[in-house]
Amino acid sequence: MRAYAITIAACLAAGAAQGKTLAVAAGPDAQERLQTALIDAKPGDTVAIGPGKFAFADGLSLDVAGVTVTGAGQDKTFLSFAGQKAAGEGLLITSNGVTVRGLTMQDTRGDGIKSKGVDRISFIDLTVEWTGGPKETNGAYGVYPVSSTNVLIDGVTVRGASDAGIYVGQSKNIVVRNSRAEFNVAGIEIENSMNADVHDNVSTHNAGGVLVFDLPGLPQMGGHSTRVFHNKIVDNDTPNFAPKGNIVANVPTGSGVMLMANRDVHVFDNVIDGNKAAGVLVFAYAFPFSDKTYNPLPRDIVIRDNKLGKNAWAPSLPGGLALPSGMNPAPQIMWDGVKSAGGVTSDVKLWIKDGPVLNLNLASAGALDTAKPSVTPTLGAPGQAEPPAVMLPAGQGKPAA
Amino acid sequence: MRRLAAIVLAALSLGLARPQPPVALDLLLAEGPAPNLADYRLFTDAGGRRPNGRVTPYALNTPLFSDYAEKSRYLFLPPGTQARYVATGVLDLPVGATLVKTFAYPADLRRPTERVRFIETRLLIHKAAGWVALTYVWNADQTEAVLKRAGARLPISVTGTDGQPLSFDYAVPNVNQCKECHSVSGVLEPIGPKARNLNGSFPYVTGTENQLAHWTRAGLLAGAPPLAKAPRTPVWTDAGESVDARARAYLDANCAHCHNPQGHASNSGLFLQWEETEPAARGVRKRPVAAGRGSGDLGFDIAPGRPEDSILLYRMKSREPGVMMPELGRALVHKEGVALIEDYLRQMPP
Repeated sequence: MRAYAITIAACLAAGAAQGKTLAVAAGPDAQERLQTALIDAKPGDTVAIGPGKFAFADGLSLDVAGVTVTGAGQDKTFLSFAGQKAAGEGLLITSNGVTVRGLTMQDTRGDGIKSKGVDRISFIDLTVEWTGGPKETNGAYGVYPVSSTNVLIDGVTVRGASDAGIYVGQSKNIVVRNSRAEFNVAGIEIENSMNADVHDNVSTHNAGGVLVFDLPGLPQMGGHSTRVFHNKIVDNDTPNFAPKGNIVANVPTGSGVMLMANRDVHVFDNVIDGNKAAGVLVFAYAFPFSDKTYNPLPRDIVIRDNKLGKNAWAPSLPGGLALPSGMNPAPQIMWDGVKSAGGVTSDVKLWIKDGPVLNLNLASAGALDTAKPSVTPTLGAPGQAEPPAVMLPAGQGKPAA
Repeated sequence: MRRLAAIVLAALSLGLARPQPPVALDLLLAEGPAPNLADYRLFTDAGGRRPNGRVTPYALNTPLFSDYAEKSRYLFLPPGTQARYVATGVLDLPVGATLVKTFAYPADLRRPTERVRFIETRLLIHKAAGWVALTYVWNADQTEAVLKRAGARLPISVTGTDGQPLSFDYAVPNVNQCKECHSVSGVLEPIGPKARNLNGSFPYVTGTENQLAHWTRAGLLAGAPPLAKAPRTPVWTDAGESVDARARAYLDANCAHCHNPQGHASNSGLFLQWEETEPAARGVRKRPVAAGRGSGDLGFDIAPGRPEDSILLYRMKSREPGVMMPELGRALVHKEGVALIEDYLRQMPP
């Protein structure tokens, strides 16, 4: 404790005008020392977690705005939650303007790092992993911003999440880049969110690579304006291990990209290869819903200029539905053809330039017995405006000068 | 020397004649926390058993389950102030108002008033800038409670309600965890002292009386309507109430601090506050959103008529972090609460 105090004093003496550094070294009572630093930090401060392995019996939390939490690097600072006795996540952030950088979180019992209801949250150069490999008993989400605005996920690796490795829910203005998601059920998922750029990521060995969904009955619905580009979405081949009941349990093992409900989603310039169920799935939400403000249809969708390798050699559809016989192997891109579902009818404007495309022409969402499959070189017509690039506030996620 | 002795004697006799010094309002309103609970003089004894003047004990019709801890609650109101009645939500409490809650364990849970050991005393202080949560942990001698900001785990060994030995880790929350539950749109607020949850009787030293009536009569509460017109949360153990009403009261007290549209779990879309009427929002045939393994391979929060297929009950029965609900403040399963919710789900028409 005395050494800790001296470290703070030394940092204070160094006169960081931008704020002080609260250093936390590995050793006994790490839980209390780190949590105390997270409570004592003032806006502008940095909580610097040293190298080594830290073991925690509880979740950690940060509720001070403008704090940076750093480790000594993803390969040097390891926060282990294998002995966690409570809390729904490893680290919970409920304050604005926070950056977490340069550390590895392991084996949280619930989610890895979560931010809830915040503005300007940055997750940079982090690893969140479950060290026992893909298991249903792993936590749901690795990096989990929800109900947040201005979200940056950069240089993050997540492996083993029993739902989505990188999951952004009910948020606005989002950038997910330079990150890697592997051995999760879903690699990267953008759900009920507005304005997201997902680019230059690798999503591999998940059950599904990249998902863009909109679900009913939630405070924020009407997800729109997501661009998925320059990603490598390859070899998603881990059998879906999601606990049933969760929406991702319906994602077929071996899906590259899946779009469900949502609008203005543009998927372009990706490498999509080695996904046995499908390259890209475009489907309506097929469960009953009572929410009158919800639109279950994917609409204003563009899929163009992707480099499609070999996909869909063992095709399967959301919810475990099988394709009509004679459709194996199937075209790499599949649309359910639904333009009206749950009492909602929309002008579903698609431009699927990458073909060939299978249109199942279902009479209603999920009604595979009504399928009238047709295959065309492309589908729809161009002309949908691409969502503008996501601009984050200047300086977000950058180290203090 | 004689003179000095005389002064001391005089001072002592004066001290005996004078009433106790009042609650230290200046410390309650100070920017930082006091290191010891005793500094605030909320109690007149070192053991925290005897409340000072203007510190009023109260109870809730249906409280939060906290690992079978016994809780004693008090409200301090600064001199010359009153709480104002609010029909829905927490009473309007003045700056300086302080809610005091002591968590304690009897040696045997079947004898709740015998051999009681205090664990921690939590304060919610209404400062000028808003509410602040603090917790003070009692020492082994039960003579002193010391500020604990980063939380702690304390081993508890008692005899359980079934007569069997019961050992577990009691979690003292850190100040952030206090806020997770006590959060309304990200701002810390009290949960318990709502008119409807105070609208019940309390065994005062002067006799048993309805709390709203007592507070009004004592000048602590202004604006309350006649009792018949005040809302009332059912007592969850009152067999005279319907299962539906008791269960909704239980879910309100145990879940709705997070599961409401302004709470920490707002993103789930599952809203369990007493006032929520929309069945889907209350969980009926509602699919999980971010439950992860908390779904337990089940499809709905509430499968009407089928408690065994309802995620709500599954998570109440779990002791696994990442599965169990609530996420904080519970290490044990509340068997009696589980039984009530099981009845509630079973009798729900499919």
